[in-house]
Amino acid sequence: MSVLVDKNTKVVTQGITGKTGAFHTRACKEYGTQMVAGVTPGKGGQEFEGIPLFDTVHQAKQHTGANVSIIYVPPPFAADAVMEAVDADLDLVICITEGIPVLDMLKVKTFMQGKRTRLIGPNCPGIITPGQAKIGIMPGFIHKPGRIGVVSRSGTLTYEAVFQLSNLGMGQSTCIGIGGDPLNGTNFIDCLKLFNDDADTDAVVMIGEIGGSAEVDAATWVKQNMKKPVVSFIAGATAPPGRRMGHAGAIISGGDDTAEAKFTALSAAGIHIVRSPHEIGAKMHEVLGK
Amino acid sequence: MNLHEYQAKQVLAAYGLPVLKGHLCYTPGEAEAAADLLGGGLCVIKAQVHAGGRGKAGGVKIAKNASEARAHAEKILGMKLVTPQTGEAGKLVRKVYVEAGCNIAKEFYLSLLVDRANRCISIIASTEGGMEIEHVAHTNPEKILTARIEPGVGLQTFQTAKLAIDLGIPLEARRSFVTVVQGLYKAFVECDLSMLEINPLVLTKENTFIVLDAKVSMDDNAHFRQPKIHAMLDYDEQDPRDLRAQKFGLSYVGLDGNIGCLVNGAGLAMATMDIIKAFGGEPANFLDVGGGASKENVTEAFRILLSDAKVKGILINIFGGIMKCDVIATGVIEAAKEVGLKVPLVVRLQGTNVELGRKLLADSGLAITAADTMDDAARKIVALAK
Repeated sequence: MSVLVDKNTKVVTQGITGKTGAFHTRACKEYGTQMVAGVTPGKGGQEFEGIPLFDTVHQAKQHTGANVSIIYVPPPFAADAVMEAVDADLDLVICITEGIPVLDMLKVKTFMQGKRTRLIGPNCPGIITPGQAKIGIMPGFIHKPGRIGVVSRSGTLTYEAVFQLSNLGMGQSTCIGIGGDPLNGTNFIDCLKLFNDDADTDAVVMIGEIGGSAEVDAATWVKQNMKKPVVSFIAGATAPPGRRMGHAGAIISGGDDTAEAKFTALSAAGIHIVRSPHEIGAKMHEVLGK
Repeated sequence: MNLHEYQAKQVLAAYGLPVLKGHLCYTPGEAEAAADLLGGGLCVIKAQVHAGGRGKAGGVKIAKNASEARAHAEKILGMKLVTPQTGEAGKLVRKVYVEAGCNIAKEFYLSLLVDRANRCISIIASTEGGMEIEHVAHTNPEKILTARIEPGVGLQTFQTAKLAIDLGIPLEARRSFVTVVQGLYKAFVECDLSMLEINPLVLTKENTFIVLDAKVSMDDNAHFRQPKIHAMLDYDEQDPRDLRAQKFGLSYVGLDGNIGCLVNGAGLAMATMDIIKAFGGEPANFLDVGGGASKENVTEAFRILLSDAKVKGILINIFGGIMKCDVIATGVIEAAKEVGLKVPLVVRLQGTNVELGRKLLADSGLAITAADTMDDAARKIVALAK
């Protein structure tokens, strides 16, 4: 078991003929993911390395049974691509695209209300259930199948955490990158709920950042609901206020969104915090009493 | 991207918002002429820099006549304005805005922002205009009013009416207030702003409203569809290192420490700064070369680090996923050979093609200290940079 995606997941790539889309579709296919369709308007009827292309997501779903989409469409058109996938009633949409205007994301959020499709991202590395399906841009080989859930706002920092876990013999059930933008589709609490209810996840690593209140909200939820141990690190303790640290969301405005305020809230909720990123794996090892 | 006050007012005036007449000036003579053009009476000389707190720092002065305007401009132009937002170094004032005066009856605070917690645009208003709003929020939270705008519906009349009533705006001025709020909302949405702060919004003795100061930030992701605002960029307001980094698609933030960092990914870059600090060092910068950086990006990033005289050591921390470790290694070797490596360099590579990358570095003949893990790397660079 796992959350959101597994070996039965059928994926359509939106923006498959672009450089990034092509490269990663190939990598996901090599990992063993069922990459069943691609969408590039105007190229319907053609093929990309054996994968059939369609003009619309609706057609792709109808002809291939795709239930999950991954989006590499450039920022000016990405919000539209997300809404198309939601309109096609897919189960899950993963938006890798970085640099979508925040007002476009407001529109997307409003469009999605009352619809069942879940969005992960934008500006995220995607999702992987090791050994079953890799739907994203993460390096597959550092992951090992196992029983730790990972959820993170960051990309490479997640790889770092996963690498530490794998090296210490702790595989992962599913790893979800929720993205570094201020407005995203799936938040920490959504992922913690999924892991809490997953019979094959024993514990969760949650990696946060400065900026926003998502981690503090998650802490409140964990305190009341979480039955499994959570290990957490917050990046950006040394970042100066008012400066954007690469991720649009990673900016401290002063107050509750500093690393210190987040560490305090997480700790008060019974979450096992680590102050330094190299301690993530070791702390999980300790918590699980291995 | 931030705008100067005079630029913000240009943008807002195009939406029919009430701003005072003013002129941008680069010399005291221009300031004196501007004062005369404004009628020769009371006017205000305002330093144009990207920082709040200009008034307290001496960057805003009232002049009674044109010769006083010249005298103030002489003092303000060329000064290093130090405010809580500029850091100790301060900001050089290269231009002033000479603006007409007005009869202030009352000052309000009004701002619009993308409220990520509530997933909407929110309006924040207060009767405590002209004050530090964070301070008001802290001491008198009841004086902060909020209106959330439904993204699918937009700003509604009842919302502006309610704000007007809750702010105690006199009946005669309510229509003018509603027009101002509607205009600000329209400007916010159509210009892809991420922050629009009017502090103060002035109610005049004639019961009209004036946008007396305006702070505007545009969403950096929206440059592609806001060419007019994008063209208002002022490179003088940016750290030259930031600027050079931007041109190569790198994300760079200069800091005060002495350990230069080169990392891929924003989260890992922040975490690398944190771990340097945890081991007793001080990072000189945040530098994210991106998830899929090329050899050229890495070479340029390395050059930026080496050009900083404060940097006494460099830590490269790369987790190769998309970006292969051998590509990084090649970039580092080329840059080091070209620029000349004069400070200790610790490299931690992990991920795709790591063995190849490490071999390239080891065979390069450069004085590179290799590290296996993040903590190992941080410990080594902190010791070497001392």
